[in-house]
Amino acid sequence: MDLNTLWFALIGVLFVGFFFLEGFDYGVGILHPFIARTDTERRVVVNTIGPVWDGNEVWMITAGGAMFAAFPHWYATLFSGFYLALVLMLLALIVRGVAFEFRSKMESPVWRAVWDWAIFVGSFVPALLWGVALANLIRGVPIDGTMTYVGGFFNLLNPYALIGGLASLAIFTLHGATFLTLKTGGGMDERARALASKLWYPAAFLLLAFVVATYWMTDVHERLGVDPGVVPAVAVMALVGCRWTITNRRDGWSFVLTAVAIVFATVTVFIALFPRVMVSSLDPEWSLTIYNAASSPYTLKVMSIVAGLLVPVVLVYQGWTYWVFRQRITPQSELHY
Amino acid sequence: MDVVMLARLQFAVTTVYHFFFVPLTLGLSVLVAILETMYVRTGDETYKKMTKFWGKLFLINFAMGVVTGIVQEFQFGMNWSEYSRFMGDIFGAPLAIEALLAFYLESVFIGIWIFGWDRISKRLHATVMWLVAIGSNISALWILVANSFMQQPVGYVLRNGRAEMDSFFALLGNGHVWVQWPHVFFSAVATAGFFVVGISAWHLLRGSDRLGIFSRSFRIGVVYAAVGIVLAMLVGHNQAQYMTRIQPMKMAAAEALWDSEDPAAMSLFTIGNERERRDVFAVKVPGLLSFLAHNSFSGEVRGINDLQEEAVRIHGPGDYVPPVAVSYWAFRIMIGAGMLMLLLALYGVWKARSGVPTARWYLRASVWAIALPYIANSTGWIFTEIGRQPWIVFGLQKTVDAVSLSVSGGEVVFSLVAFTLVYGILMAAGVVLLRKYATEGVPGDSAAPAAVGAV
Repeated sequence: MDLNTLWFALIGVLFVGFFFLEGFDYGVGILHPFIARTDTERRVVVNTIGPVWDGNEVWMITAGGAMFAAFPHWYATLFSGFYLALVLMLLALIVRGVAFEFRSKMESPVWRAVWDWAIFVGSFVPALLWGVALANLIRGVPIDGTMTYVGGFFNLLNPYALIGGLASLAIFTLHGATFLTLKTGGGMDERARALASKLWYPAAFLLLAFVVATYWMTDVHERLGVDPGVVPAVAVMALVGCRWTITNRRDGWSFVLTAVAIVFATVTVFIALFPRVMVSSLDPEWSLTIYNAASSPYTLKVMSIVAGLLVPVVLVYQGWTYWVFRQRITPQSELHY
Repeated sequence: MDVVMLARLQFAVTTVYHFFFVPLTLGLSVLVAILETMYVRTGDETYKKMTKFWGKLFLINFAMGVVTGIVQEFQFGMNWSEYSRFMGDIFGAPLAIEALLAFYLESVFIGIWIFGWDRISKRLHATVMWLVAIGSNISALWILVANSFMQQPVGYVLRNGRAEMDSFFALLGNGHVWVQWPHVFFSAVATAGFFVVGISAWHLLRGSDRLGIFSRSFRIGVVYAAVGIVLAMLVGHNQAQYMTRIQPMKMAAAEALWDSEDPAAMSLFTIGNERERRDVFAVKVPGLLSFLAHNSFSGEVRGINDLQEEAVRIHGPGDYVPPVAVSYWAFRIMIGAGMLMLLLALYGVWKARSGVPTARWYLRASVWAIALPYIANSTGWIFTEIGRQPWIVFGLQKTVDAVSLSVSGGEVVFSLVAFTLVYGILMAAGVVLLRKYATEGVPGDSAAPAAVGAV
């Protein structure tokens, strides 16, 4: 495996980690007005992700940094091309992050209601837009011979990308619900399970629709053949199995299975992309690949050494935080947010 | 306004706003870690109360710094895609390392610090705060490695139509990093010092200090502020001498020095005509600029006209003079604010030898002085970035060639307005919260009402 492939894989891993972790953060943010009935319960829900959301979000920041370092043209074309979509996502993430910290620091119900809305919208928008963005990566967007995006904002809102966006929105929301069945108490875990049971239908339907649409609307079947291979199959089967675990109250397994579905669906997108990083809908020759978009061999080597040294350390201490905060949160817990 | 000016304006707005919160994070994280360490070592509950009080204000500020930082990570690609293509091979690496080495550290451990008071041991909890402080300051180092390349490109070759990294260690060993980072760090220490001193002074003026928290905070803060501002100015002097060597045009603009002079006079106050490049009215101290640049009252300091001619010889026709008035005044406001801080801090340290200074004028001045570091931090960055113009990467790429080709002026107007509005609202909310918690004081203090809410 050459360094270009390694960095493609590493960026894939960063997105996998990001969607797995921030996926439930987004889900919790979307669900908190529906699961909680009182202010204390809303605080409980927010506190389940309180200690971890910021560290989870760094997976996205790092993915952005890694794209810049390893594939500068990918970074340049993607973020200038998807400009307005990215602005919307950034605005959402800005108000959401502040909302977690600010919401419970004033007694005023109006103040808290405003930040609750910020948490909801700030989680909803990125959960939708990430699916739109990834779907557009594999579907292809108008990119000319100088690697410049020549479409507009509405080019991104095609039916295929919208299915992708709705699918990511539904799956992250379900993932948040299975997370909350594990992390809350005092009746909220029951409500979270009941919601998960309902949310399973749109999530399963949209994931299936996305798989079908991917065959129909992209070049995946030409490139990978009719047999999708084991990876997408695992994603679909995990979500199917989740129906059984939710019904039978196997909450730990439900969370594992929504996580597996997210991880394998993300891997599928990266397999479908490889070795391209952005597909040009104008001319296949103009697609950005892991070679024409890459940094120099020297930079890739330096960054490989740095990543090899640092990534394991990060995984260890981030894992440790989940151990420290493994307990369920209930209205009787000390609530810091 | 064309798309380049709009993109520059947006970068200025988002970056100055982001850097409104960063210095306090850098300086106060270290101070809170020191206070918590004092608590662990002495067992004195007053230190714990101080840690919690200043920690709470730290967190409100930290959240604003984090969320505005997300924009920074992406906007090189968004608005400056041609810059990203030209520079990505070099610039991306420190950014990715910053994320891997620093952002994870501060973001993961800040979560443990907020939520872990009764989950982990006291000693470990204090260590966690040190990790947050180290993470934040390492993050500053790596982004300054990236910025220093823009000021002084090193360790690269021009190949494949872009700048490619030739030596990672040259990038890290760039002399510019090691004058810039200490200047930023000590300015951050001063920012936190004046913040602590100002808020403590506010409570002392109202006599709400039954527990001794604010008198103790004042004395620690004033020493911290003094150490910060003295070293920031000393290092800043070094940095200016360094800049005179590697970016003489920036220094000439900072001094509105139209023609080379030997010995060079230092301008105290100049009203100039930028287009005709001449003074309209000026007060100057003979020889002082030579002294500041070369530690000697003689020695040439090169002026704008000479440097412009030289730049044309090297880079071809064009205007290589940065906006002189902005550079000149930003530089002077920074130094003026620094001088005021120096006087206030040294007077405070002198008086604080035996208790807290009680002069009401001084305490009142201390409250207002919270603003001084913010003025100096912002004007310092405006100067260093404006003074580099027309270059985005000094001598290698011009700002006009760096902007995204696929982003229209209308799109930038939309994002600029949206960011400005949202940032404005957040600033208002942040100030409301900071005021509330800063003036509320500590539970049990005489004039303080019972604490409500979280943390």
